[in-house]
Amino acid sequence: MTSFVLRRLMSAVPTIFIVVTISFFLMRFAPGGPFNLERPLPPQTMANIMATYKLDQPLLNQYLSYIGNAATGDLGPSFIYKDNTVSELMGKALPYSIQLGGIAILVALIGGVLLGTVAALRQNSTIDFAVMSFATIGVTIPNFVVGPVLTLLFAVILNWLPAGSWGDGSLRYLILPVTALALPQLAVFARLTRGAMIEALHTDHIRTARAYGLPSRVVVVTHAMRGAMLPIVSYLAPCAAALLTGSAVVETIFTIPGVGRYFVLGALNRDYPLVMGTVILVAVFVIVFNLLVDIAYGLLDPRVRND
Amino acid sequence: MSIQTRRLLGTSLLLTSLMFGASQALAEVVLHRGNSGEPQTLDQANTSIDIEAFILKDLYEGLTIYDAKGEIVPGAAESWTVSDDGTVYTFKIRENANWSDGSPVTAEDFVFSIQRVQNPETAAKYANILYPIKNAEKANTGEAKLEEIGVKAIDAKTLEVTLERATPFFLELLAHQTALPVSKASLEKNGKDFVKPGVMVSNGAYKLESHVPNDNLVVVKNEHHWDAANTQIDKVVFYPIDDQAASVRRFEAKEMDLVYNFSADQIDRLKESYGEQVHVSPSASTYYYVFDTRQEPYSDVRVRQALSMAVDRDFLAEEIYSGAQLPTYSLVPDGLGGYEAAKADFAEMSQLDREDKAIELMKEAGYGDGGKPLNIEIRYNTNPNHERVATAVADMWKNTFGASVTMTNLDVASHYAYLQEGGAFNVARAGWTSDYADAENFLALNVSTNTSFNYGKYNNPEFDALMAKSYTEADAEARKKIMHDAEVILMRDQPIAPLMSTANLWLVSDRVSGWQDNAANEHLSRYLRVAE
Repeated sequence: MTSFVLRRLMSAVPTIFIVVTISFFLMRFAPGGPFNLERPLPPQTMANIMATYKLDQPLLNQYLSYIGNAATGDLGPSFIYKDNTVSELMGKALPYSIQLGGIAILVALIGGVLLGTVAALRQNSTIDFAVMSFATIGVTIPNFVVGPVLTLLFAVILNWLPAGSWGDGSLRYLILPVTALALPQLAVFARLTRGAMIEALHTDHIRTARAYGLPSRVVVVTHAMRGAMLPIVSYLAPCAAALLTGSAVVETIFTIPGVGRYFVLGALNRDYPLVMGTVILVAVFVIVFNLLVDIAYGLLDPRVRND
Repeated sequence: MSIQTRRLLGTSLLLTSLMFGASQALAEVVLHRGNSGEPQTLDQANTSIDIEAFILKDLYEGLTIYDAKGEIVPGAAESWTVSDDGTVYTFKIRENANWSDGSPVTAEDFVFSIQRVQNPETAAKYANILYPIKNAEKANTGEAKLEEIGVKAIDAKTLEVTLERATPFFLELLAHQTALPVSKASLEKNGKDFVKPGVMVSNGAYKLESHVPNDNLVVVKNEHHWDAANTQIDKVVFYPIDDQAASVRRFEAKEMDLVYNFSADQIDRLKESYGEQVHVSPSASTYYYVFDTRQEPYSDVRVRQALSMAVDRDFLAEEIYSGAQLPTYSLVPDGLGGYEAAKADFAEMSQLDREDKAIELMKEAGYGDGGKPLNIEIRYNTNPNHERVATAVADMWKNTFGASVTMTNLDVASHYAYLQEGGAFNVARAGWTSDYADAENFLALNVSTNTSFNYGKYNNPEFDALMAKSYTEADAEARKKIMHDAEVILMRDQPIAPLMSTANLWLVSDRVSGWQDNAANEHLSRYLRVAE
């Protein structure tokens, strides 16, 4: 197991390197630059700015110096948010996204698995239909609709909860954004769980367990659930990586200071270092979560462990 | 610091402040101010946009500042004298002008700040705002030393500024956020970090308390400010919300007292619910059509007047821009820096009367129905709204004069490059947003010697003479009068047809008083009051 983890970590380095290289050059092919404004800057001012950010140097030199700096953890200054380095911006914003995303994942996972299991056990009953309708709605209504509707209802009309902001980070402020973020994922988890559970409940070893006369609760929780978890765990990795690195939509609607909006702002403003920073961040999260999922596979399924 | 520890720290701070603050009978007065976007910098040398200016002008105070009406008044300088030729300004800095750490604001701070902005290494975006100062432009391009810039500290509280030539709007330029001072001591000690909370030393009515990017920026009253006794609001929380719908929802949930910029299609709905709290006022930005006065028939003043009159500006503003633009009949936005705009004489007529008069004028000139054919090409920069405006105007000219109108569009850079290089045209769209709140900034576009921005090559010696006179007039009121007279000529001649001015859109809660709409869009928090 240890050598497996080590091997995977070693292969992460060239993966990130390739991702960084491709994004670096792709971004430079996008038309316009960070300082092209509607009203052009005087040429001298432009020259001063280009020199300050070393944008007047050949692209290859810029690339090499970026890679060199990035290797030592220096992601450079942000071109838009000039008072901060990219690392500082990420450092300030990431805790908010991780907290919000973490809670949303827990809510989605626990809620989804519970609902899915209930639906599977009562297949084709009213409860099953209710859960599946809810899941379909949850998947189809995008969170840029759910978010504003929730705020209008609970903040503007009923005045129960704040319309946005992180505030003091208390539950009051979290309820609406967590709901908007978790709802579509919860729906996915419910569907996945239901399908996997129905399949698992029809397998031979469950039939054997039932034949032994084990109580239904034990059959479901210890035997069926374990097999049914595999598709859920594989979905968990990309889902967690996406939610923990911030949702641009939900963070914008609820005005939460997370990293999500930096993806959009960075790209739109051609803030090269900021875009590179967000790309590296996501790459790291995806790699780490894929690794965690592979480890979890081994724990859940002996067949994987033996490979 | 993790969020957990930060929250613990926050709680303990709150407890301590509760314990110590218990004796304070008065509750803290807080203004929740929506600011429509995250400031890109709090460094006055790097700033370029209005949302930064709102914050920076609460934090810092220039030699001159804008009052609540958007007019220039003394700021850190209590008074000044100007040499007879208008090239040397001597500022007396207030004895009680202090930095937030209690140290005095000195002339040396201003010398240092101005040199810093012109230093090429600073790469200041708006360095050109201060180019009228002697050798400033040369220093910025590396042709002169920073020490050669025309700023000198005569003593601790006296600053002498020498200009390249007389610049009557120099006091307006000094109120731009780029001209805000930095504390020399703080910058030398902290370097680039001088903008950070806990480090920043400022001389305005407020000082920086905390900043969570994309969440909030908090400033609190600077007790060392010379006018602190008259500043009612203790704390201003700026919310950098770029999602306009989110800002409006937070205003409606009573979480924000001010909202800057909201989607114009919401104007009607919001006015229905919030009435007087919705503020739509003209800004210092004009949308206009230029006639190429070198070409027949646009060389005929009657043709230009007729074409301009036939444009139903109310329709453009309401139907195409849903009220985010306001109809206008003058090039200079009315009230800009206390200037009274000169409107075209047909401004007071109804659109129907204008059309009748327009047809009459066009007939006199011998064009249109029954005369020589009127073929017009409208040029504009590619943009869906500009296209709609051009289509509507083409339709109005077609219906009024039987003109045949074609349209040509180019991307924004090519469009302006073509006009600025003197390309020939019939009618072209242009827009201008002022750099400083002075009518000169608009009127100078039409002086015959302005080779780049006088697209239509308008040339009226009478207008030129008045503008030339305005540069040498030392008395501010007399100067405004001269510029007004110049604009009267401009609006009579209509080398350009002003169509609309962009609206400043604000939501101002009825808890807030002291608010005054102004074209300069200047709103210092210290002039406002919040009902307790």
